[in-house]
Amino acid sequence: MERKVNFNINGKKVDLNIDSRELLVDVIRDHITLKGTRIGCDTSNCGACTVIVNGKAVKSCTMLGVQADGKEIITIEGITQGEELHPIQKAFMERHGMQCGYCTSGMIMTAYWLLSNRKNPSDEEIKRYFSGNLCRCTGYQDIIDSVRHASELMHSEEEKIVVEQR
Amino acid sequence: MNPREFEYHAPHSLDEAFSLLGKYGDESKILAGGQSLIPLMKSRIFSMPHIIDIGKIEGLRNIEINKSGARIGSLVTISDLESEREIAELFPAIHDAASQIADPLIRNAGTIGGNIAHGDPGNDLPAVLVTLGAVFVLRRSGGERTADASKFFIDTLETDVHHGEILTEIVIPRPGKKTASAYLKAKKSAGDFSIAGISTCISMEKDGSIGSIRMALTSSGPKVIEVTGLEEICKGKKDYNSIAEKVSVAAVSSAKPSDDFYGTVQYKKKVIGILAKDCLKLAMERAEKR
Repeated sequence: MERKVNFNINGKKVDLNIDSRELLVDVIRDHITLKGTRIGCDTSNCGACTVIVNGKAVKSCTMLGVQADGKEIITIEGITQGEELHPIQKAFMERHGMQCGYCTSGMIMTAYWLLSNRKNPSDEEIKRYFSGNLCRCTGYQDIIDSVRHASELMHSEEEKIVVEQR
Repeated sequence: MNPREFEYHAPHSLDEAFSLLGKYGDESKILAGGQSLIPLMKSRIFSMPHIIDIGKIEGLRNIEINKSGARIGSLVTISDLESEREIAELFPAIHDAASQIADPLIRNAGTIGGNIAHGDPGNDLPAVLVTLGAVFVLRRSGGERTADASKFFIDTLETDVHHGEILTEIVIPRPGKKTASAYLKAKKSAGDFSIAGISTCISMEKDGSIGSIRMALTSSGPKVIEVTGLEEICKGKKDYNSIAEKVSVAAVSSAKPSDDFYGTVQYKKKVIGILAKDCLKLAMERAEKR
């Protein structure tokens, strides 16, 4: 059954008519045509579909599009500033936190949520936060290294801003 | 996969929700965080013509801690429960369980009310809330009643929520002095349901002997199971070693597990026996420190 929804995605307001049955991940990919959010297992296990809803990372395959009405969503496309990659994306490139890359957008969104809560997470915290994101290539070590590196990059960017402001 | 066709309703108030429940009766189902219901709808194990999403109703997301205990709104997410310091202090078993439910992303969406009202014997909070002596507030149009956690769970996916009612609050009495709780869970992999789980709440007397004890089991039968015969074993006892084996036997004989993907009956009983001893020990240690 068709239903009107409006929400904010990556800073832009959208008004859509969607079927109540449609999952948020399908709404993001097919209606808004942002293809960075992936469908992996489609059974809330793998985390390839991770997006931020109202500040928290969730699995967009386990949320109805209609539930997103009135909410603020951030996807992988929303964390870059123009052509400039986000420090987390740079860190994943520099530390090679991927192989096939399929899980990467979900990994980066979980990292985005983690690093907005904890500036300097321990390896144990990183592992705990990432227990809902599966990667079948890397063996995870490079992902953990990437997240740690991202927190360092974000610290140094913050320091740069402070220095420039002075 | 998409769920089967349904009509979606998103009431902004409880009264609006009650009138929708009244209008659609048996043909309606309440949706909270959706972390249990949506997977069932997607796999088409479950479908319902009318889905009533209570996510937009204000006032169900508070955690209130006062002299008499805690009042937790049914839409409080598992991750909010996990990060609430006072909850961890007063009811360590809630923190133990909340931090092990599924994975952090699911905990960000899943709610305490959903974890209870879904009635899945694999869900972790029912066992904890039974041992803590919690009471559930069930509101309906023009009234409300309370249900004891220990009598609330009827069978697999079946609870004492009547048609027209909504679980709105979980009320947990403040633990007395020298009282502590713990929850342990054995699982095959991170984020999975448990092979078995166990919650324990112990109150110590002034002399350090056990005054009262409650234990309840997850994934060990068609619904949450409270372990019986513990008072006789534990009352007045101070030494863990003198009661551990008997408590373990009591837990195993109360359990009614079945063979499934998570293990055979024999294996699960072994796991329950070990968890019972470990959980007893942890709860005793915590109670002594209070």
